[in-house]
Amino acid sequence: MKYSSQMVAKPYFIFALILLAGEILFGLIMGTQYIAGDFLFPEIPFNVARMVHTNLLIVLILFGFMGATFYLVPEESERELWSPLLAKITFWVFAAAGVATILGYLFVPYATLAEITMNELLPTMGREFLEQPTITKIGIVIVVLAFILNVGMTVLKGRKTVITVVLLTGLVGLAVFFLFAFYVPENLVMDKFFWWYVVHLWVEGVWELILGAILSFVLIKVTGVDREHIDKWLYLIIAMTLVSGIVGTGHHYFFIGTPDYWLWIGSIASAVEPLPFFLMILYAFSMAKQRRIDHDNKMALTWAKGTAVMAFLGAGVWGFLHTLAPINFYTHGTQLTAAHGHLAFFGAYIMILFTIISYAMPIMRGRPHGNGPKAQAVELKSFWMMVIGMLGLTAALTVAGFIQVSLQRLPDVGALSFMATQDEIVSVYKVRLAFGILVLAGLFTYFYSFFVKEETA
Amino acid sequence: MTERITKNMARNIYFGGSIFAILVFVGLTFDTVQQVPKLSNDDKITESVARGKNLWEVNNCVGCHTIMGEGAYYAPELANVFDRRGMKNEVAFKAFLQGWMAAQPLQEPGRRKMPQFNLSESQVNDIADFLIWTSRIDDNEWPPNIEG
Repeated sequence: MKYSSQMVAKPYFIFALILLAGEILFGLIMGTQYIAGDFLFPEIPFNVARMVHTNLLIVLILFGFMGATFYLVPEESERELWSPLLAKITFWVFAAAGVATILGYLFVPYATLAEITMNELLPTMGREFLEQPTITKIGIVIVVLAFILNVGMTVLKGRKTVITVVLLTGLVGLAVFFLFAFYVPENLVMDKFFWWYVVHLWVEGVWELILGAILSFVLIKVTGVDREHIDKWLYLIIAMTLVSGIVGTGHHYFFIGTPDYWLWIGSIASAVEPLPFFLMILYAFSMAKQRRIDHDNKMALTWAKGTAVMAFLGAGVWGFLHTLAPINFYTHGTQLTAAHGHLAFFGAYIMILFTIISYAMPIMRGRPHGNGPKAQAVELKSFWMMVIGMLGLTAALTVAGFIQVSLQRLPDVGALSFMATQDEIVSVYKVRLAFGILVLAGLFTYFYSFFVKEETA
Repeated sequence: MTERITKNMARNIYFGGSIFAILVFVGLTFDTVQQVPKLSNDDKITESVARGKNLWEVNNCVGCHTIMGEGAYYAPELANVFDRRGMKNEVAFKAFLQGWMAAQPLQEPGRRKMPQFNLSESQVNDIADFLIWTSRIDDNEWPPNIEG
């Protein structure tokens, strides 16, 4: 570690990992409710568990992004962070707001939470993934602005690299598109149309810039490949991302009351969306092949390659499976959508966090060459447990989606009702839950790798 | 393949491509915003429909149900529940919804549970009006059949 202010990243990473454990735990609760409908009812109804699950996911990724940024920006800019104190304050404010919001979901009925937080003054609650009380949303804006100010000043005053400029572009985009969360028109179609400005343009737009920048940073560090080369790849990947991803928002505009030209435009643009992820695989593997140094932290490179492959599978392949309008007509809003969502989020955004954490955490803990071989062996085990768990879970949800489409959507006469169809899928949901448990076991194994003692140390 | 592309070329592709994509998307957004009022019968959004949408939100209905295919996949699609459970008859649908909401949670062991939201009669009617309005949106003939 070259700059002491990089240390502010540590609590961000640790908190992100703790939230990840909570996120998976609530996933398991829902996985059980899919099998036994009255599990934990009325204490934790499904919708509450789901809010906690998805909101924890978003918040933990934001914490991870912030930690990654605080770690890599000083090193790239070749100067200390503009204000380490502000970074610490940002952490505590965000953590407190996040915890308070989650506790609000769990212990107060949602309608009461809306009342207490005076949602009626500026109603923004009750939309998927944007369930946070308006006051929390305002808090998020303030936190993100303070964060961007801190990072922006550091970048401006220091050396500007392609990585930091791309990262900052992604972060500013994240902040700008979040503002659409405050626009809730009476017309449901308009509401949905601009809701995707937050959700899609985050996940399939600006977040990919952040992902590309973090991946590039780690690849430079562990392969020693020439920066010119890395920069070129990064530009190509994010070019493909934005060219396909922005107009690709159209694949959400097929069946929500928007004009029918989106059927064509959305299908064509989003058919290109796997391309940047495919480039990312070529990128990670060819950088690994051309490496000039053999870094002792093997796991960081393993996670980097894993991110590229799993993001391509989850976002690219599983996205493409149902992105063409004639297919989406039958699969829209089924378990197939859930399958894609799970593998894409894990492959792209959870694995990139493991990549940067696996690289940076040992350094911040005084091990510049990475953890010892024993700890890395445990970590490799956790890598495969989580990857296999997520692949199995996704495969199960995909099978569930196919059954749902064939029983409920395809038949013109004699289609089963939603609830009757779900009864037919219960055995598949059991397989899904089993793989979900494997993922959590994998995460605990990962945690354990932090505490493995090396004999020589 | 990347040997022939220089860093400058890659940067130009990034800036040029992104600006082009943004322009296309902004243009289509303007056109969509023009067309949505007609496709969604914006003039039919009464105060009751608007109140119904707000109730839909503050009770987090989308945490279990889908509406036009978006939401959670734990409970049935509701954009066409007026067609499915109300047989496109407004009086019948409202009567059905009053009974349905009052009966929750159903006492069937093992069945997925819908919470009791303790809504007033007029609130349930507002939700019904919102769902009736939603069912008439031109959403390219989705879903494929009545089961949603």
